[in-house]
Amino acid sequence: MPADNSDVLREFKADLHIHSCLSPCGDWEMSPRNIIRESLERRLDLIAICDHNTCENAGAVIREGRRRGLSVLPGLEICSREEVHILAIFGDLDNALAMQEWVYSGLTGQNQPEVFGYQIVSNEDSEVLGENPRLLIGATAFGLGDIVRRTHALNGLSLSAHVDRPANGIINQLGFIPPDLLIDGVEVSYRVVLSKARETLPIIATLPCLTSSDAHFLKDIGRAHTVLSMAAPTVEEIGLALRGQRARRIVR
Amino acid sequence: MKVREFVEGFNLKPIAGTQGLDREVKGGYCGDLLSDVMAKAPIGCIWLTVQGHLNIVAVAVLREMAAIVITGGREPDEETVQKADQEGLPVLTSPHSAFELAGRLYALGVGAAPTP
Repeated sequence: MPADNSDVLREFKADLHIHSCLSPCGDWEMSPRNIIRESLERRLDLIAICDHNTCENAGAVIREGRRRGLSVLPGLEICSREEVHILAIFGDLDNALAMQEWVYSGLTGQNQPEVFGYQIVSNEDSEVLGENPRLLIGATAFGLGDIVRRTHALNGLSLSAHVDRPANGIINQLGFIPPDLLIDGVEVSYRVVLSKARETLPIIATLPCLTSSDAHFLKDIGRAHTVLSMAAPTVEEIGLALRGQRARRIVR
Repeated sequence: MKVREFVEGFNLKPIAGTQGLDREVKGGYCGDLLSDVMAKAPIGCIWLTVQGHLNIVAVAVLREMAAIVITGGREPDEETVQKADQEGLPVLTSPHSAFELAGRLYALGVGAAPTP
């Protein structure tokens, strides 16, 4: 039998929830170049770009990451009808963009930059291409269950964001995690120590749990991250690690 | 007062759980954060909310509520309707805001019942 290199496991330091300058609350300095530079300085091996209800900057960060040697996955932080934030992370940009198109179909309103912040579309050279006019901070018309199903149909990972947080965390909004919601895992914010997450938040129960920075400012990139043991920095491998399958796992 | 009387008096639309329309209303509560409602809604109350997720049924059962009113012209999720029917929990809808309905309920004497 030929050696299967895909089963050589190593540790990946992953921060799977980083905003760019496209999020209204994301700092102007969160350009594709700066995000990649800062992530490399923090010795991260894998990041995901998850702006609010959009992934229009993900391609630029992916291209800059490729140039500098950092793996980047495209994602969105979607706001459901219940006003719960949920991450959708994809293996390739086409699926992320398909998700974005669907999300846009359920998103109404126009941004008011003076009130909510500027929404900058940027290329990999950190040049401003324009502003996104949509009300990206708003809630979509889609329920949580529909968002999870759509994410999975596009081969994405569905993670309930910052479940420990009062603002838009699933526990605060819905009282408890709906048992029939087929999420791949939950994310706790930097305020929770990952190794103690199940003690801090018993309500997580047996759901796979990771942590990420939810950075809106450069200085916050990597402030929380998860070390995953897996064969490659892909969505499929993260899924295996979350489920603890084929020796992949969440290390810390 | 019974749930049925509010349905008629406020022109609420019964969506599910009509077998429970003769339940007695013992208070009222407004809230869209289910964690808050779980902790604070008075037992036996009528609850005004914009949330239509399935979890509202569990919260209502937990607080032994008389009924849920989904306000502002919103509709409950399909699974919510099914579960509320199973539980015999009235789910009613109204185009009016929670503010407006709560004001009218209060004027009729539905006050805040003490939480046991």
